[in-house]
Amino acid sequence: MTAHRTRAATAPGRTPTSLTQGTQDGLTKGGIGESTLRPDGILKVTGEFAYSSDLWHEDMLWGYTLRSTVAHARIASIDTAEALATSGVYAVLTYDDLPTEVKHYGLEIRDTPVLAHGKVRHHGEPVALVAADHPETARRAAAKIRVVYEELPIVTDEASATGPDAVLVHEHRDDHHSGHVPHPNIVHRQPIVRGDAAAAAARADVIVTGDYVFGMQDQAFLGPESGLAVPAEDGGVDLYVATQWLHSDLRQIAPVLGLPEKKVRMTLSGVGGAFGGREDLSMQIHGCLLALRTGKPVKIVYNRFESFFGHVHRHPARLHYEHGATRDGRLTHVKCRIVLDGGAYASASPAVVGNAASLSIGPYVVEDVDIEAVALYTNNPPCGAMRGFGAVQACFAYEAQMDKVAAELGLDPVEFRQINAMEQGTVMPTGQVVDSPAPVAELLRRVKSRPLPPERQWETTEGADVRALPGGLSNTTHGEGVVRGVGYAVGIKNVGFSEGFDDYSTARVRMEVINGEPVATVHTAMAEVGQGGVTVHAQIARSELGVTQVTIQPADTQVGSAGSTSASRQTYMTGGAVKNTCEAVREKVLDIGRRKFGTYHPAWATAELLLEAGKVVTDGGEALADLADVLEGEAVELELEFRHRPTQAFDLRTGQGNGHVQYSFAAHRAVVEVDTELGLVKVVELACAQDVGKALNPLSVVGQIQGGTTQGLGVAVMEEIIVDPVTAKVRNPSFTDYLIPTILDTPTIPVDVLELADEHAPYGLRGIGEAPTLSSTPAVLAAIRQATGLELNRTPVRPEHLTGS
Amino acid sequence: MDFLRPATWQEALAAKAEHPSAVPIAGGTDVMVEINFDHRRPEYLMDLNRVAELQEWEVGEDTVTLGASVPYSRIMESLRAELPGLALAAHTVASPQIRNRGGVGGNLGTASPAGDAHPALLAGGGEVEAVSVRGTRMIPIDDFYLGVKRNALAPDELIRAVRLKKATGPQQFSKVGTRNAMVIAVCAFGIALHPDTRTVRTGIGSAAPTPIRATTAEEFLTAALEEGGFWDNGKAVPPAVARQFADLVAGAANPIDDVRGTASYRRHALAVMARRTLGWTWEQYRGKQQDERNQPCA
Repeated sequence: MTAHRTRAATAPGRTPTSLTQGTQDGLTKGGIGESTLRPDGILKVTGEFAYSSDLWHEDMLWGYTLRSTVAHARIASIDTAEALATSGVYAVLTYDDLPTEVKHYGLEIRDTPVLAHGKVRHHGEPVALVAADHPETARRAAAKIRVVYEELPIVTDEASATGPDAVLVHEHRDDHHSGHVPHPNIVHRQPIVRGDAAAAAARADVIVTGDYVFGMQDQAFLGPESGLAVPAEDGGVDLYVATQWLHSDLRQIAPVLGLPEKKVRMTLSGVGGAFGGREDLSMQIHGCLLALRTGKPVKIVYNRFESFFGHVHRHPARLHYEHGATRDGRLTHVKCRIVLDGGAYASASPAVVGNAASLSIGPYVVEDVDIEAVALYTNNPPCGAMRGFGAVQACFAYEAQMDKVAAELGLDPVEFRQINAMEQGTVMPTGQVVDSPAPVAELLRRVKSRPLPPERQWETTEGADVRALPGGLSNTTHGEGVVRGVGYAVGIKNVGFSEGFDDYSTARVRMEVINGEPVATVHTAMAEVGQGGVTVHAQIARSELGVTQVTIQPADTQVGSAGSTSASRQTYMTGGAVKNTCEAVREKVLDIGRRKFGTYHPAWATAELLLEAGKVVTDGGEALADLADVLEGEAVELELEFRHRPTQAFDLRTGQGNGHVQYSFAAHRAVVEVDTELGLVKVVELACAQDVGKALNPLSVVGQIQGGTTQGLGVAVMEEIIVDPVTAKVRNPSFTDYLIPTILDTPTIPVDVLELADEHAPYGLRGIGEAPTLSSTPAVLAAIRQATGLELNRTPVRPEHLTGS
Repeated sequence: MDFLRPATWQEALAAKAEHPSAVPIAGGTDVMVEINFDHRRPEYLMDLNRVAELQEWEVGEDTVTLGASVPYSRIMESLRAELPGLALAAHTVASPQIRNRGGVGGNLGTASPAGDAHPALLAGGGEVEAVSVRGTRMIPIDDFYLGVKRNALAPDELIRAVRLKKATGPQQFSKVGTRNAMVIAVCAFGIALHPDTRTVRTGIGSAAPTPIRATTAEEFLTAALEEGGFWDNGKAVPPAVARQFADLVAGAANPIDDVRGTASYRRHALAVMARRTLGWTWEQYRGKQQDERNQPCA
């Protein structure tokens, strides 16, 4: 292989290695459509897999981040003398130590200080950095840094942020949204107006309004933020880190360090989950600054407590909806207003606003709409990307509304949805025509037609099995007070980056003969965060190149950008790039074959040729040559970019525009049992039906759907970061008090996979990772509503909401 | 931080006498969290894992002597008949991994109102064996909890064991958390029927500064059962009695609003748990009475 990397003097330990995979039994092809197993699966379940927190380097130092203890304050002074004088401390850095004029970063708006400058805007904001020879020394030294805060008034919601005397979170905005927003504490505003909602309302037989609240969810990935920065001899830095998009990080890191991008060499380290929480930078710049300052490798690992401050969360939201319908069950119009709390820095807020607005009415046909979505700047924790990205909050609200309208009309809630379900050809509120299958009514039919799980499954001959009851092992009921409820929901999510973003991915593919066998090597910068790209890329290479052995190289910045592992886009985009490059490599291989062997058989010139099972074959199945012979002494390597169809920005006034690439749909039926006296919930079953276009790896597809479903369940019944409304401080930054579902909280999740090809996408596939996270939450809420008869306009539901106490 | 590793109980007592600030650690499920969060930086940490006798228990005629470090998983497996309330409580402690490490001594040492063992210990009744180089004190469990995370141990004392009354009647434990496993208590309730003394004892967790008994509720129920001759006639407890008992349990609590739940929910949930667990224990007691009546030569 070509050596692209300038290595540090001593190589770090526990860095990523290539994953070489054959087929499990040597008999199956291991191509697309097969449930091949993850190449890193055994390593992960046996604890051998090297996560970024396991990185190690001889002589490395440990970095530690001092964070603000208040939400909004002027920094009167920072005294680092005592910390610096601590034995074992190599460096203490503050804003004043930043090496260049670039002192801020951000995904879209560069509003986030690398280290706080003059003021802090949220609880947990980085203020200073320490590097020491032991993590404990670094932490203790940081505790000796004396920061004097002069507290400022805080803004925490729409009323306080946009009221007459509101304190401005950012006083001198000059970003590209600042010109069109109605208030400087609004990051971005996106209206969508189509048809005439007021006139349509006059035709409605029933009008239903509702106000909804969505709590702040955390990605709660299990591997905390971590990485290792190693200073290089050329004055650059090698950074090993767990992230979602290496090149986006690079674009933000390099200017702050004052280095050209080629001198910041990034390698993806083992990522323990992401869910959007690694789109923004965490320790990347901090680690590099400390490494370059000290001349030593620096490792930073957040603990769980710090992780809650180390990444953005899902936007909490307040949503107001008005739905109208005629007696025969047809929606006349939807008006809605979605207020997302973006917290102190912009992060992905503008894009979340675009999604929330454009997907705000759900997968339904509504011609007359009046929609507005805004994201606020407040002094709450910054919020940004999380699985579902703006569509989750909207789905919770519009699906509650659909149930209310159905009830008002006396219609079955599923039937009412089916009457209004969109299909291929439906026009979105943005004016975009949905030009691939949209089997919304069919997905609902499938979850509804599934037999219900048996009643009273907790009853055994030896008495009640508490594990099957609300409260579980806590032994709160043996059946008393338990009522079953069933609820339905369906959602729509966009796939890929939208609104005119130049979204592309790059793949480098090499084909050669090693030990007499044709093998392929795939090199991309795709962040494997658990989604299974490393599995799927090998499958694609096998299908396209007719090889068995495929090596997936570690993701790094020595190859072009793969874009973000988010927006359900990686199989579509980097999978598409691998397919695209493999096709070009195949043509080159065939050219070599024609050159070497073309004279031996006329089919070389006339037939459609494929690569299969290590041979060049005609479309009629006749073998023309062994790939090993074709490639003997020659290797083929190409690096190509792949793009999806271009999209357009949404008009800032009307919201019109072909903003999205592809849509993804899932439906859920939730069956819950609620202890109505104690307000405790057991989700018994969460059935899902989803259209995936084409399942490249059916096992992974089901895994994604079950994972997304469970994350949706979490925010229905337990997951919430609680921010004190008076101090804007996080009250539960731990897994003791931020609860995520255990296996006992996770129901049976039967999955029904549809494969209706999208002709615009590689293999007809549809991005799948997010859609199940949308409808899961409102389905659970609907089921709890049915069991309790309560209105429940907020998620997550807490026991006191169900008991009125 | 110095790490002390006594090989024997005598060495441990001597070390504690010499360093009264030493924090004992066995399973570490409380101590390590506090250290990891930097909530506490003890000068000395004393590892008791080499003291084998702390992991032992002994079932006597009327009592069980339970070593301070006997892990919850052993209590669940081996002492279900003798200490049913504590076994049920043990089942709700954290995760299987933590149940394999943590023991009652840690719960008592920390004395958090949220410790899962406390309501069962209060309801079952017993004494804490507090030992120092000066000698051994038996501290009744009712006198052990003094304040938020404060207990009756002297600085030089270590908990060797708890001496618990063997169950003479049904016991139950119930805990509310907002997750179906591995959850810290929003509030918890323990109840034990003591047919030998014709009394009922209770324990409330996470709903007052310390674990407490609902003594007014106990007295009311004990009196009501006596008056109605229920211990003998084995009749069902009238709903009105159960309701009043539940209300008195809720009234005994002194909960707060916090990130885990509201005070009013805690009171409400305690009443529900008190009513239900009374029902379960009393039905079990009646069932046993009837079985005994049905045996001709009992």
